[in-house]
Amino acid sequence: MQTADKPYRFPDSHGHFGPYGGVFVAETLIPALDELNAAYEACRNNPAFMAEFEYELKHYVGRPSPIYHAKRWSDSLGGAQIYLKREDLNHTGAHKVNNCIGQALVARYMGKPRVIAETGAGQHGVATATVAARYGMECVVYMGAEDVKRQAANVYRMKLLGATVVPVESGSKTLKDALNEAMRDWVTNIHNTFYIIGTVAGPHPYPMMVRDFQAVIGKECLVQMPEMAGRQPDCVIACVGGGSNAMGIFHPYIDVPEVRLIGVEAYGEGLDSGRHAASLTGGTPGVLHGNRTYLLQSEDGQIIETHSISAGLDYPGVGPEHAWLKDSERAEYVGVTDQEALAAFHDLCHLEGIIPALESSHALAYAAKLAPTLPRDKILLVNLSGRGDKDMHTVAEKSGIQF
Amino acid sequence: MSRIQSVFQSLRASGRRALIPFITAGDPAPELTVPLMHALVDGGADIIELGVPFSDPMADGPTIQRASERALRNGMSLRKVLAQVADFRTRNADTPVVLMGYANPIEAMGVERFVFAASEAGVDGVLIVDYPPEECKTFAATLKASGLDPIFLLAPTSTEQRIRDVAQIGSGYIYYVSLKGVTGSGALDFNDVAARLPQIRHGVGMPVGVGFGIRDAESARRIGEVADAVVIGSRIIEEIENSPRDQAVARVKAFVEGVRGALDQIQGAPR
Ligand SMILES: Cc1ncc(COP(=O)(O)O)c(C=O)c1O
Repeated sequence: MQTADKPYRFPDSHGHFGPYGGVFVAETLIPALDELNAAYEACRNNPAFMAEFEYELKHYVGRPSPIYHAKRWSDSLGGAQIYLKREDLNHTGAHKVNNCIGQALVARYMGKPRVIAETGAGQHGVATATVAARYGMECVVYMGAEDVKRQAANVYRMKLLGATVVPVESGSKTLKDALNEAMRDWVTNIHNTFYIIGTVAGPHPYPMMVRDFQAVIGKECLVQMPEMAGRQPDCVIACVGGGSNAMGIFHPYIDVPEVRLIGVEAYGEGLDSGRHAASLTGGTPGVLHGNRTYLLQSEDGQIIETHSISAGLDYPGVGPEHAWLKDSERAEYVGVTDQEALAAFHDLCHLEGIIPALESSHALAYAAKLAPTLPRDKILLVNLSGRGDKDMHTVAEKSGIQF
Repeated sequence: MSRIQSVFQSLRASGRRALIPFITAGDPAPELTVPLMHALVDGGADIIELGVPFSDPMADGPTIQRASERALRNGMSLRKVLAQVADFRTRNADTPVVLMGYANPIEAMGVERFVFAASEAGVDGVLIVDYPPEECKTFAATLKASGLDPIFLLAPTSTEQRIRDVAQIGSGYIYYVSLKGVTGSGALDFNDVAARLPQIRHGVGMPVGVGFGIRDAESARRIGEVADAVVIGSRIIEEIENSPRDQAVARVKAFVEGVRGALDQIQGAPR
C-alpha cells in the first residue's frame, strides 16, 4: 500500500499526486500553464487577493453556508445522525460558484478580459456566466450539443447572464467534448483568455487551484461541526463527478485521521450494466484532459461514454487527487445507482423540505445506507453540493409526469 | 543511424527539403491506409506521419477530429495501426513512419509492449502530443533503447530552457508548430517562423520540421526556405474528405506531387 504523507502536502511542484495529475498537454499550452501557475502562486500568497476572495464569498455567495442537522431523516433511518453542509444555499444554487469566483479573480489579476468554460448540465456554465457578469468579463461557454438540447433552461440562464453558449458537435457531443473544445479555444486565444475549469481536473495547477478554492467548504465544517455537534463527524460523505465538491470538503479533513472520507460515484444503471460513470470504482488509470487519473475507457484506450441520471456526475474521468486518495487509502470510494439516488432525493424532499440536486442525492443515498448500520451517536456529514431546482424535469419524467 | 536520420542526411547532401505528409490511420477506410501511404511516397513524401485515432483529440482542429472520428467508427485501434505499418513495410523498407497520437491508447497497451510492437512493425518515430518532455522521460528512453526516435513539438512560445529540454530527450527531428492554436487553424506567419527557426535549429542540433497551417505548394515553398522539413496534415485530410472514395488515393498523390515540385525549386540549404 502507498501511504499519504503526514502532514499531507500534495501535489508536488509539478502537480503530481503520487503517479497521478501532472501536465499532459501539447507544447502549445505549456507557456499558458506556466503563466497561470505563476499568477496563482502570486494570488494565493497575496493577503489582499485572499481578503477579496473571502469578501466575495461572504457578500456575493452568502457564505458561510450553514450546517443543518437532518433530524427527521436521521430518525427515520434509525441510526447515525446526518448533518448536511448546505452548499445548496449558495448564490446560483451549488458549490460551483466558490471556484468560479476564485478563478475569475485570478483572471482579473492576469488582465484577461475574456473567460471560457465547459459545462455538462450547465451548472458550472451558469456559475461562470454569473461571475463574468459580476466582473464585467466576456464569457463563452462550451456545451455538448446533446446537453444543449437536454438542458434548455440552463442554456437560457447563461444567455440571460450575457454569456455566449457554443454547442459542441464533436465526439460524443457531451461534457468531455466540451472540455476538449474549451482547451482548443484557450490554446488559440491565450493572449486574452482565461479558462475557468469547473472541477478538480485538467492539467496542473487546475486540480490544486480548484481544490484550494473549494476547500472553504471543509474549512467551515471544521469550525461549525464542534459548534453544532460538539465534535468532528465520524464520516464525511460527498458525491464525486469530477470531484470538486468532494475535494473541497475532504481536503481540510485529510490530516484528521479519525474522520472517514467517503466519495460516492454514479453507478447509473448498475456497475455491472456498463452504463455508469464510476471512474474510480469501475475504471483504470490513463491520461485524459491534461492529467493522469482513473478513466472509463475501452481496452484500446478510447474514452467511453458514461451514464448517470445526474448530468453533473456524467464524466469519464475524475480529479487526480481522488485517484491518489483512493490508492493511498485515505479516502474510500463507493457508488449508488440512479434508483438509489432518486429514492434519497424524494426522502429529503418529504422529510426535511429540502430539494437536493441529483448529484448531491448520490451522497445522500450512501448516507442513507450507512446510517442504519451505525449507532445513534455516530455523525455523518454529507456535502449537500447543490439544490435540485434544475432537476425538476428529470425527476418528473422518471415519475411519468409531463409539464 | 536511424532511418529518419539517414533520410535527413541524404536530403542535406542533395540540398533538398523533407516533405512530411500526415494522414489518420483508418480514414477514410482501413483498407485505404496502406495504399494512401504508398501514394504519399510515390508523390514525393520523405517521411510519413501516421495519426493514431483517439476519442478525445484535444490538440486537433475540426478536420483532424473528423478524420479521427471516421477512423474510430471504422473500428481502428492502436493495434490495427501497427498492423497497417507492418503491411506497408512489406513493400517499403526505406520511408520512415512516425506515429502521431495521444498518450492514453499507448498507456492502455502498456509502454513496454507498445514500444516492442512498434519496433517490430517497422515504426521509426513516435510523437505523442500530450506527452511533453517532463512527463515522458521513461517513455522516451524506452523508445530510444529500441532504436525509435521520440519526436517532440516546440512552439513559438517555447522558452530557451524548453528548447534545451527537448534537445536532450528528443531525437530524429523537432516539429515546430508554426502558430498558436490547434491543427488546421488560421494562417501562418512566415516572418515569425523565419525569425525563430535559426535559433531553434541551433538550440536543438537536429533537423526542424514546420507544420500547422501549411496548406498549399506556395506556403510549403516559403516555409521550406527556412526549414529542414515541411509537415502538411489537415489539407491532405481535406483532400481525402472531398474526394470520391475511389479517387482519394490518386488525388492525394497529385496534391503531394504539387508540393514536392514547389519544394524542389528551393536552392541551397535552409536560411
Ligand atoms: C450540485 C452539483 N454537485 C456535484 C457536481 C459534480 O461535480 P464535482 O464532482 O466536481 O463536485 C455538480 C456538477 O455539475 C453539481 O452541479
